[in-house]
Amino acid sequence: MLTPEEIDDIRHAIATLPHKQAAAIEALAIVQRHRRWIDDQALRDVGEHLEMSVAALEGVATFYNHLFRRPVGRHVVRLCDSVTCWMLGGDALRSGLRATLGVDLGETTPDDRFTLLTIPCLGCCDRAPALMIDDDLHTDLTPGALAGLLRRYD
Amino acid sequence: MATIVVDGRPYEADPARNLLDVCLSHKLDLPYFCWHPAMGSVGACRQCAVKQFKDENDTRGRLVMACMTPAADGARFSIADPEAKAFRASVIEWLMLNHPHDCPVCDEGSECHLQDMTVMTGHNERRFRFPKRSYVNQDLGPFVNHEMNRCIQCYRCVRFYRDYAGGADLDVFGVHDGLYFGRAGDGTLESEYAGNLVEVCPTGVFTDKTLKRHYARKWDLQTAPSICVHCSLGCNVIPGERAGELRRIRNRYNREINGHFLCDRGRYGYEFVNDERRVRRALAPHGPDRSADPLDPNEAIARVAPLLAGRVVGIGSPRASLEANFALQTLVGPDRFFQGISTRDKRLVDTALALLREGPSRAPTLHEVERADAVLVLGEDAPNTAPRLALALRQTAGVVPRQAVAGIPRWHDNAVRELIQDAKTPIYLATPVATRIDDLARRGQHAPPEEIARLGFAVAHALNADAPPVGGLAPEVAALAEEIAGVLRAAERPVVVTGTSCGSEAVLRAAAQVAWACGAGLCCVLPECNSMGLALLGGGSLDDAARALSDGDTLIVLENDLYERTTAADALLARAGHVVVVDHLAHATGARAHTLLPAGTFAESDGTLVNNEGRAQRFFQVFAPSGHSIRESWRWLRDVMNAAGRAEAAGWHALDDVIAALAAARPDLAGVRDAAPSAAWRFAGNKVARLPHRATGRTALHADRSVHEPRAVPDPDAPFNFSMEGAGVELPLPAALVPRFWSPGWNSEQALHRFQEEVEGPLRGGTPGVRLVAPGAGPIPWWRDPPGPFRRREGEWRVVPLHHVFGSDPLSMLSPGVAQRAPAPYVALAPADALGAAVVVTGEGFAATLPVRVLPELTPGTAGLPVGLVGPLPAVVEVKPA
Amino acid sequence: METPLTGRIRADGEVVTLAEYRRAGGYEGLRRALGMTPAEVQAEVKASKLRGRGGAGFPTGIKWSFVPMGPDAPRPKYVVCNADEMEPGTFKDRLLMEGDPHQLVEGMIIAAHAIEASVGYVFLRWAYRTAERRLRRAIAEAYEAGLLGRDILGRGVDFDLHVHVSAGRYICGEETALLNALEGKRANPRAKPPYPQVSGLFGKPTVVNNVETFVNLPHILARGAQWFDGLSTLSADGGTKLYGVSGRARRPGLWELPIGSTAREILYERAGGMRDGYRLRGFLPGGASTDFLTEAHLDMPLDFDTPMKHGSRLGTGTMILLDDRTCPVGMNANLQRFFAQESCGWCTPCREGLPWVSRLLDAMERGDGRPGDLEKLAHHAHFLGPGHTFCALAPGAAEPLQSGLRLFREDFERHIAERRCPYGGSA
Ligand SMILES: Cc1cc2nc3c(=O)[nH]c(=O)nc-3n(C[C@H](O)[C@H](O)[C@H](O)COP(=O)(O)O)c2cc1C
Ligand code: SF4
Ligand code: FES
Repeated sequence: MLTPEEIDDIRHAIATLPHKQAAAIEALAIVQRHRRWIDDQALRDVGEHLEMSVAALEGVATFYNHLFRRPVGRHVVRLCDSVTCWMLGGDALRSGLRATLGVDLGETTPDDRFTLLTIPCLGCCDRAPALMIDDDLHTDLTPGALAGLLRRYD
Repeated sequence: MATIVVDGRPYEADPARNLLDVCLSHKLDLPYFCWHPAMGSVGACRQCAVKQFKDENDTRGRLVMACMTPAADGARFSIADPEAKAFRASVIEWLMLNHPHDCPVCDEGSECHLQDMTVMTGHNERRFRFPKRSYVNQDLGPFVNHEMNRCIQCYRCVRFYRDYAGGADLDVFGVHDGLYFGRAGDGTLESEYAGNLVEVCPTGVFTDKTLKRHYARKWDLQTAPSICVHCSLGCNVIPGERAGELRRIRNRYNREINGHFLCDRGRYGYEFVNDERRVRRALAPHGPDRSADPLDPNEAIARVAPLLAGRVVGIGSPRASLEANFALQTLVGPDRFFQGISTRDKRLVDTALALLREGPSRAPTLHEVERADAVLVLGEDAPNTAPRLALALRQTAGVVPRQAVAGIPRWHDNAVRELIQDAKTPIYLATPVATRIDDLARRGQHAPPEEIARLGFAVAHALNADAPPVGGLAPEVAALAEEIAGVLRAAERPVVVTGTSCGSEAVLRAAAQVAWACGAGLCCVLPECNSMGLALLGGGSLDDAARALSDGDTLIVLENDLYERTTAADALLARAGHVVVVDHLAHATGARAHTLLPAGTFAESDGTLVNNEGRAQRFFQVFAPSGHSIRESWRWLRDVMNAAGRAEAAGWHALDDVIAALAAARPDLAGVRDAAPSAAWRFAGNKVARLPHRATGRTALHADRSVHEPRAVPDPDAPFNFSMEGAGVELPLPAALVPRFWSPGWNSEQALHRFQEEVEGPLRGGTPGVRLVAPGAGPIPWWRDPPGPFRRREGEWRVVPLHHVFGSDPLSMLSPGVAQRAPAPYVALAPADALGAAVVVTGEGFAATLPVRVLPELTPGTAGLPVGLVGPLPAVVEVKPA
Repeated sequence: METPLTGRIRADGEVVTLAEYRRAGGYEGLRRALGMTPAEVQAEVKASKLRGRGGAGFPTGIKWSFVPMGPDAPRPKYVVCNADEMEPGTFKDRLLMEGDPHQLVEGMIIAAHAIEASVGYVFLRWAYRTAERRLRRAIAEAYEAGLLGRDILGRGVDFDLHVHVSAGRYICGEETALLNALEGKRANPRAKPPYPQVSGLFGKPTVVNNVETFVNLPHILARGAQWFDGLSTLSADGGTKLYGVSGRARRPGLWELPIGSTAREILYERAGGMRDGYRLRGFLPGGASTDFLTEAHLDMPLDFDTPMKHGSRLGTGTMILLDDRTCPVGMNANLQRFFAQESCGWCTPCREGLPWVSRLLDAMERGDGRPGDLEKLAHHAHFLGPGHTFCALAPGAAEPLQSGLRLFREDFERHIAERRCPYGGSA
């Protein structure tokens, strides 16, 4: 069941579009915002709401980077793996994250606190290397700064 | 017409087509994957690359995709250009990176478009040294097998399933080189057209699961041109046999009817041919337990022949060929020949035939339906009764919006879809319950048949004042009628679709009246594959048969189970002195026979079926059953007549003789002769080989008995050999004789373009079949007596027959997959009438306790009963809590 | 030197509010535009010779002129801002939206008037959270001030503007894929023709422009085409351009300069030259999908036409430096992995070819390169080129590959011969 807040948010998205189905991506993102990820039931519910088949919606959901069809932790770390960050120490940052969090890319810490992902270029190459934790951008990073940074998210 | 230049040679081209289409139409080899003749171009696979040059002086040129390039006048191309060739080889190389190297054991091998294209481009060396990706497959239900590792991501499956056929449960997931084509999870593909994936997929991702259970290579399958026996549309099919077993059905392109696609009932309904309930020997059941002694065929004939000295009544069948029915009619005489259908069904079919013959409206072909610019569907649940028609209507929906698209060619599929969005051809649907094409309808009505008929009569009156008015219409129905009339009046190619399935003559008449009033085509769905042929032949109903039968008479029942047709079967059979049943299946009627004669199914016999448009089409015997006494029904009847010393059948040596006798007896049906070339047809002195010239293991098949190849069974009835000797399929065969599509280098069904005049055009040998029914030239025979409104009667429920694509056709129900997809018996009631989870339904000899399906669109006072699942349907029932 | 696009942006990182924007002359261009007919606005923009800043440099006025106009044109028409900015090495639109969002809103209203569009969308990349917040705020302010919605500034023009936050895919930046994403579908590109101006969003006429393109419009309208053209004397192109530097420069960053400024000026005068101990080996002039240039090209004007003559493109104008201690094979491996991952999967060469390229390069970096690999790479660099694939993603990937193979050939060969990365890298 979609919550009233979710339905309300989806209604707002639909209002800016000529038909319901056009809000598919937004609706999935809304559900994800409320629940961290989109489970099968949520996908079905959104499909019902938008009068779309599960298959069609799944086709959309699996196309995009930021729609999660698997559970993620309370915080999502997205490490830039594109060219400038790579050049300026992205690999060291990645090893640092692995070591600090004890999980590999695509995994979630056992305490459900962090999920570690990569993301293409964050558009701040002049301040590389960079990563995002949830909605926050962090730039000019060094492996040494990671522990302190992660501590701010629990 | 335009002229284009390909590799220095001029070719005529229709500038409205794309270059790939034009090249294939000129039989030039050019590989492709994502393009499909019925679905157009999307430019995804990049396999059809050619060079395009600006003018004569341009020597560099640039690569273009032939499928995305208009064949504009004066355009210059090269297929042979080295860079174009290298690029095409490269595309194959990319597609093969992750493709398994298992052609020898892959079940698509030998008819794999990917295999053909790989050979065509000359790609033969593997340079990719990394591991291949692999996928988990899905269980897609009883019909379609899934093997994702073979996928080359051409997107054809989703384009067919979702965009063309309107399915919702198959799609593409993922992105980049991690695409997945399938369902959101394991489960049966819901679309009744899913089986077409088997032919649409250019490699072996989607394959025929029923074939897999008794697999044979395409080159080992014996085939002959045939006609589907599972509904009245007469789709053209290619059944394939090996070792006495029918292994599968493939589509046989007929531009006017099925085009490229079949429904799953037609594709998968064939398994009754192999069923253990087949009657394979003549039997003489006797004694209290009716145990049956097998009879030698001559014994059987000798047993029946003397009976002809007495009174004999014959009951024919709408699922037997015209020739078989005619043979029975000849045997018993026209007065004692009965059609083997209920009085109600006979009235419906006769009415339909009369409307088509007496009124001015012509029955459109499905191809014409697909091009209509306005449609009214009255009463017919096409997805369940004539599924290929429903698929045609889905294409009709795009006709009018496509006309409005300027500047974008029709073949530019995605662009056209984007431009038309959800605009649709005006289609109006009035049916008793919701149908799976309701989404196509601009507006419509779910109502009891009387009300549907009243709407139709009102539309007709609005169109033409000569048609009588309808009294007492609700204002919204009157408004709807006006709206429909307006749309039909404005249309250039309107079509009215109706049929017998809702059991109402008034609906048929109303539909005809609309068609007549606006000059529309009248597409009328009938109950069975030869309903039309039987109606043309004449003869009374089963009730008439009961009246004609005196105690002790001999009764011959042809390919029919009377228990499916009437609740009075027991009484009828009990009065006969001797019951002879000629059929291929054991059923309740056969169990009451004194003599049971084993008939050939459509796959083991030849004959003519007349489809709903009145087109006579010939089906040819696919294989000669060995070691049994199975023979064509007409042959049994001939043999009996001959043994009885009757003269009529003395000259019936082969099918052509029966047809000649029919033509002589019934000049109005003489056209049957031209439905296909006679058995005397030869190409350079040869018959056509039923077996491909590459068939293997013919001797090995019999090696347990003899290493010598058995002599081919002679075939006096058809211009085909039961062997690989004879003419192949490359020559321009008459279309009715094309036994399979194959051409050198084109081993898959994509060889089709070699058999067509041009892509999507008719077959080079013409369109098979002959129309036996033509519209009348006289004054319009208006019906002046529209029914009154539906009124609910206390304690009475008007039965609305509900059809199921899987379930309502008894023959296909013998295919386990079809049976698995059929619903359990039920009764459908309006919410107000649902007295509980189950109810007792009684009336006219009918009595059953049935679970209730609540259908909100059903009118209170009507009860829907599923055809074919609960026995013969009464007209009126009483419903009580269980 | 004039910096119309960035001049108002505050040094403290705070956003320019509506009031500030207006004080500095904001929405004057719109006021002037609304006093003109759509045809006149189009003519003004055409006269300015403004070329699209999204990468391809198509003249904006000409792009608009393909939109069907007049009472019979299909409606609604749409204006879409491409703010996807996912091309590695590119970070210019972020600054414009975070710093001065009203400038973009104003530009879009002007464009809408020019083509008689009534609805607009900003297609914004997910990662730009600050930009999103500020843009939404600016749009709300504009609605309140009667600059959006019905009867804008009392001039009878209606325009609604919405923000769509992308769910993330580089291909969404391709304008037709972007339209599919806006329609809630998988973002596969569409075939062109038909062009979006004729059949775009929801099948209706649509113009898609880059953020930086839009933000030029208020100034062109306020101060005239001639003024705009005169902003640069260095090139046949007019106006200013945002140029950026990332990599091992002393002061990587972003600057608004007259279009046609040279790489030397940008790198040495603005970015302070290379970091100590590093030498320049080459640079991608405008994002990951442009061809490598070398020191020899440092004095060439970076405008739309000149780099083309030298086998590259201006692209987005944000250059990525390759220094002498970075492995060119490794750099290409990183780039190609990105392109392979971001392929939409629609057409064969890109979907299958790029992963192959990526694996070959990774193998080389690991020391697993084999003889023949360079031929395979060259084969791909050629056959992933323009016209061979469905859209420009794969050709973009082919650019650094083919120029890398040409300019740094000995590095590739050494990887294979020595079976290791001479720079000590591993993929
Ligand atoms: C793969 C790919 C990604 C692109 N990404 C962007 C982008 O992020 N932003 C952008 O403005 N243009 C991008 N483009 C270019 C757009 O397709 C389009 O040309 C541009 O938005 C037009 O705007 P303009 O005329 O103002 O330059 C991309 C093109 C391709 C092929
Ligand atoms: S080049 Fe082809 S697969 Fe790659 S992004 Fe474009 S359309 Fe998709
Ligand atoms: S058939 Fe032309 S691109 Fe696929």
